[in-house]
Amino acid sequence: MINIVWAIVFILVAPVVGGLVAGIDRKITAHMQGRVGPSILQPFYDVGKLFEKEQTVVNETQIFYAICYVIFMIFTGALFFAGGDLLLVVFALTLAQIFLVLGAFAANSPYSYVGAERELLQIMAYEPMVILTAVGMFVATKSFNVSDIASSTTPVILLIPGIFLGFLYVLTIKLRKSPFDISTSHHAHQEIVKGVTTEFSGPSLGLIEITHWYETVFLLGFVYLFFGFNPLIGVVAVIIVYLLEILIDNTNARVKWQLVVKSSWLIAAIVGMVNLAALYYLSGGVP
Amino acid sequence: MTYLAKSPWIIHYDASSCNGCDIEILACLTPMYDVERFGIINTGNPKHADIFVVTGSINEANREVIQNIYNQMPDPKVVVAVGICACSGGVFRECYNVAGGIDKLIPVDVYVPGCAARPESIIDGIVTAWGILEEKLKNKVSSPMVSDHDHKAHHKHAQGGAQ
Repeated sequence: MINIVWAIVFILVAPVVGGLVAGIDRKITAHMQGRVGPSILQPFYDVGKLFEKEQTVVNETQIFYAICYVIFMIFTGALFFAGGDLLLVVFALTLAQIFLVLGAFAANSPYSYVGAERELLQIMAYEPMVILTAVGMFVATKSFNVSDIASSTTPVILLIPGIFLGFLYVLTIKLRKSPFDISTSHHAHQEIVKGVTTEFSGPSLGLIEITHWYETVFLLGFVYLFFGFNPLIGVVAVIIVYLLEILIDNTNARVKWQLVVKSSWLIAAIVGMVNLAALYYLSGGVP
Repeated sequence: MTYLAKSPWIIHYDASSCNGCDIEILACLTPMYDVERFGIINTGNPKHADIFVVTGSINEANREVIQNIYNQMPDPKVVVAVGICACSGGVFRECYNVAGGIDKLIPVDVYVPGCAARPESIIDGIVTAWGILEEKLKNKVSSPMVSDHDHKAHHKHAQGGAQ
């Protein structure tokens, strides 16, 4: 059931794919703003540069937490791509994110603190919807295992379209895109200095960048899961979803954190719950 | 060629500038000049920055801020003084509250004169800074920790100071 080959492929290939996705993202963003934009290899140059820089931290434990963040994000993605239990994947994802928050709290800096608190609010905002997504997948395919869901012939997207929409909503938070990039964001955007990553510099910031690439690939894999019945449609859907995220990023201003939490919980409660209830009703009660 | 030259992130600080040079720096980020195509990002966080871009001259209010930003930047780092005020104090150099150019306080690597400095010359200054960054990385130059201790002691001594 657990396919170790896919886990290894993820560990080796995800940073390359994630970095390229980030580079293409920056290129498309630049074109949307009427600019030429950097090379699509720019994220790799940035991370290469960060590893050439001096490591200056306020507190040594920050480095430890940054390393834990990478390890648990790799674990999350590897478990997902190996076809493991979706619930465990979701919990590991939260744990990874918590390490980033702890790293930000480890430095005694007001900007870092505000960033960390906002990161916690983001976790609070997206977590219900992500768990509902896992539950929705179970109701649709009768399994929590990613391998079963991915190879299922059931058109998952047709059974849980509401949950898919809800997931897209929180995906904007997870990918750190406007209007929900309240804790930190990409490119040249600024948010209370640099939010949760303010106190990280040099190699540890590079690690956080690489983690974000892993996370992007993992999240796009999650989107694919809705279309597992047809790989071609799945890949096309993943590309369309990411382009849509770039469009949303470039056409929206950042909102306040209150709206992020309220709206994502509301979306989870409305589209997620209604979708699940309809599914239960149609299948004639609890399966 | 190292990665440093391909991804120079800047932090921009306005030290008592009239805003003329600052507008020109921001013009560099617009679609017209688009410095992001060289990988240049305006970070707003000294801990992420490689190039410290300062406009305007030093006065009593900003000398501590400039030193603080400089000290917080990880090595290798480069300082670019943009505009004649940052280079030498410009027309304000004789003012009672102005100490002079940025090099009175922190080591400056690139001077970009002009009032206001044109975006082309600012970009030229930053491109020159890449070379210095690479050189500093190769020679493992560690920048000095700058401090204003003597200056502050002097002010404490001369009651009231030049505030």
